Amino acid sequence: MTLTATKLTIIEALNQAMATEMERDERIVLLGEDIGKNGGVFRVTDGLQARFGEDRVFDTPLAESGIIGTSIGMAVNGLRPIAEIQFAGFMFVAMNQIVSQAARIRLRSAGMYHCPMVIRAPYGGGVRTPEMHSDSMEGVFLQTPGLKIVLPSSPYDAKGLLIAAIEDPDPVIFLENIKLYRSFKQEVPPERYTIPLGQAATLQEGNDITIITYGAMVPVSQQAAHKLQEETGASVEIIDLRTIWPMDEEAIVNSVTKTGRAIVVHEAPMAGGVSSEVVSIINDNCLYSLLKPVARVTGYDTPFPSPGLEDNYMPTVSRVLNALRKTLED
Amino acid sequence: MRNDELEIPYQIMDPTGKMQGAMPEGLTDQKLLEWYRLMWEIRYFSNKTVALQRQGRSTTWGPLNGQEATAIGMGAPLQPQDWMVGSYRDSGAYMAKGYPMSALFYYTRGFSVAPDLVGPDKRCLPYQIVLATQTLHGVGLAMASRIKKENAVTMIGVGDGATSEGDFNEALNFAGVFKAPAVIVIVNNGWAISTPRSHQSAAKYLVDRAVGFGMPGRLVDGNDVLACYSVMREAVERARSGEGPTLVEAITYRHGAHTTADDPTRYRDPKEVEYWMGLDPTRRLKSYLVEQGVWDEAKDKAMLQEVENHVNEQAEIAYNHPTPGPDGMFNNIFEKLTPRMLRQREQLRHELNLEAEVR
Ligand SMILES: Cc1ncc(C[n+]2csc(CCOP(=O)(O)OP(=O)(O)O)c2C)c(N)n1
Ligand SMILES: [Mg+2]
Repeated sequence: MTLTATKLTIIEALNQAMATEMERDERIVLLGEDIGKNGGVFRVTDGLQARFGEDRVFDTPLAESGIIGTSIGMAVNGLRPIAEIQFAGFMFVAMNQIVSQAARIRLRSAGMYHCPMVIRAPYGGGVRTPEMHSDSMEGVFLQTPGLKIVLPSSPYDAKGLLIAAIEDPDPVIFLENIKLYRSFKQEVPPERYTIPLGQAATLQEGNDITIITYGAMVPVSQQAAHKLQEETGASVEIIDLRTIWPMDEEAIVNSVTKTGRAIVVHEAPMAGGVSSEVVSIINDNCLYSLLKPVARVTGYDTPFPSPGLEDNYMPTVSRVLNALRKTLED
Repeated sequence: MRNDELEIPYQIMDPTGKMQGAMPEGLTDQKLLEWYRLMWEIRYFSNKTVALQRQGRSTTWGPLNGQEATAIGMGAPLQPQDWMVGSYRDSGAYMAKGYPMSALFYYTRGFSVAPDLVGPDKRCLPYQIVLATQTLHGVGLAMASRIKKENAVTMIGVGDGATSEGDFNEALNFAGVFKAPAVIVIVNNGWAISTPRSHQSAAKYLVDRAVGFGMPGRLVDGNDVLACYSVMREAVERARSGEGPTLVEAITYRHGAHTTADDPTRYRDPKEVEYWMGLDPTRRLKSYLVEQGVWDEAKDKAMLQEVENHVNEQAEIAYNHPTPGPDGMFNNIFEKLTPRMLRQREQLRHELNLEAEVR
């Protein structure tokens, strides 16, 4: 049988990744709210309960701390849980289990036990959801040693990164952008493949300026780069971090050393977040190549606003374009 | 075990509108007519929000059709100084306490509260989204009332699914230990999105938990407005007289989808929905009122038209109310914005002017 690549959305690619892995590895179990019969509120686990049974794919009572806490126990006892938190904002309810427990099991037991689990959660704004459904919390997890954090921006990456996350022997937070979920399709090979955690992707090469971004800000950055190129002929390099811990310092440093100019784009708030870390890496490694200060285009340092106000919170193509222009000025 | 397989909970008026017990003291036909109309205001409010959502003019909305009797039971026994802290599906209870419909519409329009539309403080905490969290806030409000020796009771609403959250159990425990003047109502509508009530707890009744937290528990037919009112009023009086909290479980049903983003045909048997439609709280009260000779079809038709007009007016008020402005995300975070936030707001204002040029 020859397998041909089909065009999939991120949702379908994630579903395929889990099905592929569950087929190979009996230790994998899926748990979360409404993930069984309903297939998850975004249908990421659609059909998996019917296929793998209720012992391996099950709905839990509504209790995020319970979901993560019991996943830790199952992981320590030899299973490979993939826990879905219905929206990333509800991970705050399970913060003790994630931050103080999952991230510390290996350390606490001096390596006698470890915690191979994946916590999947939809995140991000731009689709007019109610309060707490739009938050980008990766900065909080970046401040939590002991967790790996993945944020794919395409169907191909989503599948390869999720399989790598499942395979990983330690806890991985896998954040899935809601706006990107169904926004486009891409060819995804049906066979198993992995993308190493901690490896950024250079989406386009360029010489004049670097955009460092991830998640839903990838297409926004691409559009801004395209406009700039049309307008001024400037060539833009775009780096999609894909995972923010481990962070691909080499990719950042090599690019910025070459271009001498950079901007960082994400929708999460600015203070103490991913952009702060990226700017520090640049500062530590490329200060003498820099021609201009690194600009940041991010969500504001406010709570994610009500749906009626969110359009002006999210970084737009024009905000990115302004930052590019300003950083390119001599 | 599904909700329709439970033994019949406390009931005064049966599904055909026949009295099985005594009319709660102080209730007149006039009052019941008011409640009947209020039920329809609540339902039409919800329907209107669904319609607005379909037009892209409202955020995701969770319809509350079917739960009107429970809502009125929660709101009606309260006095102005009492507090109400419900879930996103308890806006009917808010209305029953006197919270203006236009203020609710303004929220579903996609903005946080508009104090002008709320008017004088209604002592209704804005509902929030993180399940069960409000139950602790409610108990805290009640603890404060006790410490301050205020004559105020807190009514707390929570869904059946949300009772599985840790916060709910902590709330009951605090309420019991501190003898909080609170009434905690589990609005058991049988479902938490696609998860049936039977999957939340191995216990037959959620209200059984009252024992473990040292407070009385009452099971009530959530589609019988008389039973709801009677049970909740008694619990409110008990709290007011310093005897502490009561846990109430109201058995009702969510007629519609979980939200405008949900498709219940994926997980719910249409026969079950049909069964519960037969127990519709509006039908029951209407049958009774018709039987009493104080209501008829012509009056019903005229009233429904009035309610529809009223709901449309309320929506109009909300949709004509000024919005916070494009930089509104900086409002009401702190009393005074930090220097960084002020700079960011300046930058946003500047960029909004530039936007036209770039596009
Ligand atoms: C902490 C938390 N987890 C998950 C959700 C997502 N969610 C919203 S409503 C809901 C179901 C709640 O069911 P129930 O408590 O029975 O209330 P109902 O919707 O039936 O009124 C879920 C899982 C949430 N809002 N908060
Ligand atoms: Mg429910």
